[in-house]
Amino acid sequence: MSLNIQNLHANIGEREILKGLNLEIPKGQIHAIMGKNGSGKSTLAKVMAGHPDYEVTAGEVTLDGLNLFEMAEPDERARAGLFVAFQYPMEIPGVTIANFIRAALQARLPKGEELDAVEYYELLYKKMELLKIPRNFTSRAVNEGFSGGEKKRCEVLQMAMLNPVYCVLDETDSGLDIDALKIVSEGVNAMRSPERGMLVITHYQRLLDYIVPDVVHVMVDGRIVLSGDKSLALKLEANGYDWVEKEALQQA
Amino acid sequence: MNSTLIEKHVTPISSNWPTWFAAEQKTALTDYEQSPTPTRRHESWRFANLKPLDLSAFVDAQPVSSEGRLINASSGLGEFSAKMVFGNNALLHRSAQSLPDGVIFESLESAAANHAELFRKYFMARPTDLGSSKFTALHKARVSTGVFLYVPANTTVTLPIEIFHWAEGNNASIFPHTLLICGENSSVTVMDYFKSADKLTALACGVNDLHLEKGSRLTYIAVQDWSSTTTAFHINSTNVDANAKCTALIANFGGGFVRGESLSRLIGEGSRSEMYSINPVEGTREIDQRTLQDHIAPHATSDLLYLNALDDRSRTIFAGLIKVEPGAQGTDAYQKVRNLILSDDADPNSMPGLEILNDEVRCSHGATNGPVSEDELFYMQARGIDRDKARRLVVNGFFNSLLERIEDAAVRTHLSGLLAKRLSVD
Repeated sequence: MSLNIQNLHANIGEREILKGLNLEIPKGQIHAIMGKNGSGKSTLAKVMAGHPDYEVTAGEVTLDGLNLFEMAEPDERARAGLFVAFQYPMEIPGVTIANFIRAALQARLPKGEELDAVEYYELLYKKMELLKIPRNFTSRAVNEGFSGGEKKRCEVLQMAMLNPVYCVLDETDSGLDIDALKIVSEGVNAMRSPERGMLVITHYQRLLDYIVPDVVHVMVDGRIVLSGDKSLALKLEANGYDWVEKEALQQA
Repeated sequence: MNSTLIEKHVTPISSNWPTWFAAEQKTALTDYEQSPTPTRRHESWRFANLKPLDLSAFVDAQPVSSEGRLINASSGLGEFSAKMVFGNNALLHRSAQSLPDGVIFESLESAAANHAELFRKYFMARPTDLGSSKFTALHKARVSTGVFLYVPANTTVTLPIEIFHWAEGNNASIFPHTLLICGENSSVTVMDYFKSADKLTALACGVNDLHLEKGSRLTYIAVQDWSSTTTAFHINSTNVDANAKCTALIANFGGGFVRGESLSRLIGEGSRSEMYSINPVEGTREIDQRTLQDHIAPHATSDLLYLNALDDRSRTIFAGLIKVEPGAQGTDAYQKVRNLILSDDADPNSMPGLEILNDEVRCSHGATNGPVSEDELFYMQARGIDRDKARRLVVNGFFNSLLERIEDAAVRTHLSGLLAKRLSVD
């Protein structure tokens, strides 16, 4: 049981960004992808989520054997158990967080079944407490006027509420001060489970002090070029990415 | 047999009006018959679909089949201070739980007899005249009842007052009227609901007169929810005296052809008029709105924001004018219409306008058209919400942003609930 990415190629317009990416995240593990800006990390997250700007030209992604690309619409993929926490979450004016998450949960219920409002709010408040989000947040419009840190907390709150099987967190640490980073990391760690796989995308080692990965991958130019344990992250922090790129070139 | 609406021999079947008003109604009927039917050559009917102006199919509304059913269905806010329910031009129900002393809340025709001086001073005293004078003449000729609310000076009506107007029966014609007079430094909120008892076609030709004396506060909410084939005229005249503030919101949830006209006259220094409207339209429905912000007194503010969301082959027309009269220095006036376009076949028409006869003013006006953001849709879909529901949530959010401007939390929540129900996102 895994999130399995095989030979993934993807374009934006005419430009190829992902160039044969292979990665398998078994259930129960946390993997990290590190890489410089422009290496294709965010593209990977968006392609999996089904962003319409990207075109998959080859390869496949399976969720516990289910072919992700057979699900044309992003909402089918989400309901199949995939959650992507975005680097730049969208603002939705006039739609409150409470109503937004409620609609997302409702979408997972069989037709005709209604979400229990009392249980919903109990759960929502519990998860908000964990992420130290004040209660009046629920009546604010999704991401509208939020600080960078508030947006990231809101992403993790959604993730906690929707209970996905595989999570992809794209630069969830960017825009966070150290206190917020700790809170968000606690929220993520609370979701560690043998029933769930997670992929954490970052270009700072700092996040991995708090969310300790089982495997670290390095991404260069649309491929995974090196994988290792968490010490790899420290090595990258100390020595930069140039040596990885050189090794990758030599191998190629 | 039903009588057609405009047969000359028709006099109101059981007129309860004082004789002097009955005489005015006769004159009004003549005015109606003699005024030309508008054509597109009239600037005030530019872009309009004129077919609905043929009213020959409409007939006198008959008494409603079940008063009890309509009275029971007339529920709005959990808490209110008084209520009136009308069905097919008759008062079905009146209750007043908690009205302060001195408040007059009675039917229009009885107020014409009991408070003739007030009635004469305010009833249709300031014609709106944005194109529909023919239809306001028809309204006056045929109005048989309505609401008369007078809030005396320095009186606060804490809980909102609710009014329901029902139309029932095929081709029934009804003539709702709401006359509100807010005395100096008084304060009141009024909810005016317009509803169809069935899915049949009706004609509604309504007028509301809002008069705010010095320092008063009025929140007036009209929730128009006629059947989707009803032809409706809703003509509003608002007059705001010094330091008074009117917040008026018109929600057009229903109607097949709706012509709305709103006039705000800022007649006293420091007065403020907020003119809001939310219009979800789909199918082949058409909402045609014409407005005038008439700045007569200095240092007054008007703020107009109309939001339209157009799906399918629906149409909207907005023509607005800010007029700053020579004596209105220090005017602050805004006018904005925003069209959210949900379909390639939708047809939004916007004609914002300014006429400034005083240099010392601040005015802005504009119109925007935009589709639903694909990024917003993607984000919601990425949370598992299907595209259609996501779209409706975005539309709901678009309108909700305006509802946030309503101060009373209970009213705001109630409206938000009605909107969610209308858009099937609840």
